[in-house]
Amino acid sequence: MDGCSRTGLDSALRHHPVSLLRAAPSLTLVMLLGPVAAGLAGTLLPAIGVMPALGAHQPGFGPVSDLLAWPGLPRAAGLSLWTGLVSTLLALALCFAICAAWHGTRAFVWLERALAPLLSLPHAAAAFGLAFLIAPSGWISRLIAPLAGWERPPDVLILQDHAGLALIAGLVLKELPFLLLMSLAALPALRPGEALATARTLGYGRMMGWAKTVLPRLYPQIRLPVYAVLAYSMSVVDVAMILGPGAPPTLAVQVLRWMSDPDLALRLRAAAGALLLLALTLGALGLWRLGENITRRLAQGWLTAGCRGRRDAAPRAIALGTGVLGAGALFAGLGLLALWSVAGFWGFPALMPSSFTAQGWQHAPLGPAAETAVIAGAATAIALALTLASLEAECRFGLVPGARALALLYLPLIIPQIAFLPGLQVLALISGIDGTRGAVIAAHVVFVLPYVFLSLSDPWRGFDPRQAAVARALGASTARVFWRVRLPMLLRPVLTATAVGCAVSVGQYLPTLLLGAGRVPTLTTEAVALAAGGQRRLIGVTALAQTAAAFLPFVLALAIPALVFRNRREMRHG
Amino acid sequence: MADTLHLDHLRIAQNGREMLRIDATIAPGEVFSVMGPSGIGKSTLLAAIIGMLPKGFTLDGGILLGRADITALPPERRHIGILFQDALLFPHLSVGGNLAFGLPRGGNRKQRVAEALDSIGLPGFSDRDPATLSGGQKARVALMRVLLSQPRALLLDEPFSRLDTELRAQVRDMVFTRARAAKLPVLLVTHDSEDARAAEGPVLTLVRPDA
Repeated sequence: MDGCSRTGLDSALRHHPVSLLRAAPSLTLVMLLGPVAAGLAGTLLPAIGVMPALGAHQPGFGPVSDLLAWPGLPRAAGLSLWTGLVSTLLALALCFAICAAWHGTRAFVWLERALAPLLSLPHAAAAFGLAFLIAPSGWISRLIAPLAGWERPPDVLILQDHAGLALIAGLVLKELPFLLLMSLAALPALRPGEALATARTLGYGRMMGWAKTVLPRLYPQIRLPVYAVLAYSMSVVDVAMILGPGAPPTLAVQVLRWMSDPDLALRLRAAAGALLLLALTLGALGLWRLGENITRRLAQGWLTAGCRGRRDAAPRAIALGTGVLGAGALFAGLGLLALWSVAGFWGFPALMPSSFTAQGWQHAPLGPAAETAVIAGAATAIALALTLASLEAECRFGLVPGARALALLYLPLIIPQIAFLPGLQVLALISGIDGTRGAVIAAHVVFVLPYVFLSLSDPWRGFDPRQAAVARALGASTARVFWRVRLPMLLRPVLTATAVGCAVSVGQYLPTLLLGAGRVPTLTTEAVALAAGGQRRLIGVTALAQTAAAFLPFVLALAIPALVFRNRREMRHG
Repeated sequence: MADTLHLDHLRIAQNGREMLRIDATIAPGEVFSVMGPSGIGKSTLLAAIIGMLPKGFTLDGGILLGRADITALPPERRHIGILFQDALLFPHLSVGGNLAFGLPRGGNRKQRVAEALDSIGLPGFSDRDPATLSGGQKARVALMRVLLSQPRALLLDEPFSRLDTELRAQVRDMVFTRARAAKLPVLLVTHDSEDARAAEGPVLTLVRPDA
């Protein structure tokens, strides 16, 4: 039964709101893809030398050859490819290893519980935490110092190393929880328990059985998130500024440097660089697809070759150990941020500060905190309204979204931010809205919307249509069913989607910086701006405030339903 | 208020292919049973009558309540109540809230809810969480919720199949008695011949059009 179909007469009676609602899915796509397309065009034109604002009208290869003449290009481009591919591969391998080794066990339930807080941890805060942990003067080094007899931080390049290893570590730590969450969402429909039980009764070890019966079906389900991770890792700016090498940096960071250079002529080179990064990303995605095909072909024989892998105690322990280590590093980093935020004097190699002070918090960045909250609230509200309207329209008019619509939803997550945001900034500049809060909010919606939609669509589509049928038969209109039945019954997923949206908005660095033209400071832009300096207390305060801003909505998303539905047993779970 | 429910040469097709045909007149207080194997389209028939046919299905013929043609009306203006095999009480509302949801506007709603609860042997249950009720209690609240919405006909979609044998006869008895007392035409869809026998009304067995 279709939960919310309506007759022609009824829609004719209320023509206007209905036609508006019917247009909601299209409007959502326009809000999502319009800025991406406009931004790409705005990047492409300067890249071929057309930028009327700078007096450049004649298309040509000037910017491209200028880019190619930059001596750091091979290293910067190579670094982007290397860090992106390696971190994605590592995060995916770890995700599968952890699932294979521990899915369905008690250890896994614990990992699952740690996921939500780890996911809401903003990238910049996680990167700073990791830096405080592994830097030559970091906490791990302080632990080793008495054993090694160090009195000063060792003179090794651990952070911002030339090979980008610290950057890779930071990316893996943040992408692993995301891939785990995506896998967890896809797994139940595959009935992994039954498949694994069958495989094990046929003599397969736990990991081997999982790899042969569940993994081949799981991967296609999480393919788009994996692509998003790859594209993100190749083009990330904030984490690369904190953990990545500096001379030359990754291509994305270099493009941003050119973008913010007082010499406006460098904008053309920046556009060419952004375009190259887009090409590199598409190339890497193509390479990844090729890898998928080769793996599939190689795996075909292996799947049925009969090797049982019965002795998997060691790999299982390693998988769990790595997972715990990763989660531990993130939590330890968070603890160090907190410690540094109140540290007075803290010399090397002391494990704890020798004095504490509230000075950092007395100068807490209240203005940026308020700006962060306003932007996150507005962007999430817009994204939520569009999502709800689209889902309700889908339901009322029996629209069936295809696989292509889902791919479109992922587009803003797969096209590198740095490839279309510079173009969008130029357009904002021309239309005179750059540097305004509104422009920043509009840019945030592009990235918040996909996540809000993805986290709300499954619960919404899974709503029992008979529940709506009962309400309609009791005399409730479609609007009343929406407001009084569907929305309150789905309050928990709606609030979770809201929290996800807020966390995504809080973490946005590049859209805030570029569309805000540096005049709309949020906790994230303030925190990343501190990366160059050594003000650890201020970094601690700002990064911790950023984490709190992302985390608080999740707390509310748990607390509000628990309070509202304290006397409603069925509403408390799920 | 006593009207006849007339299904006038109804024909339901799915993507152009005929699924089922039915022509029936159900008198006030009469229980008309429709039987047939699962997948034959019994639930689709009920969806068509309440006006919530899914996309891809088409309906020919007319649905008449008394002399009024309700075929083109939206579900909320048809005044046709429905009970499913699950009670489907709204989990976010209290027991009383569920009853009030179906109650037409106006009057002393609190009192009417309280009286309704009294009459189904659940006095003082108004503030209770529906999740704390037993299966039989839920079934009674679901029935009362429909009756309070003052329907002019009642559809039953295998409403007893989830109940165990003892409870089943009891709930069935209550539903039929109440529906007869309200002089409602009742359309019962079931695959249990025991239900159809207890209905003491006409029985129609659906077969596939191509069989």
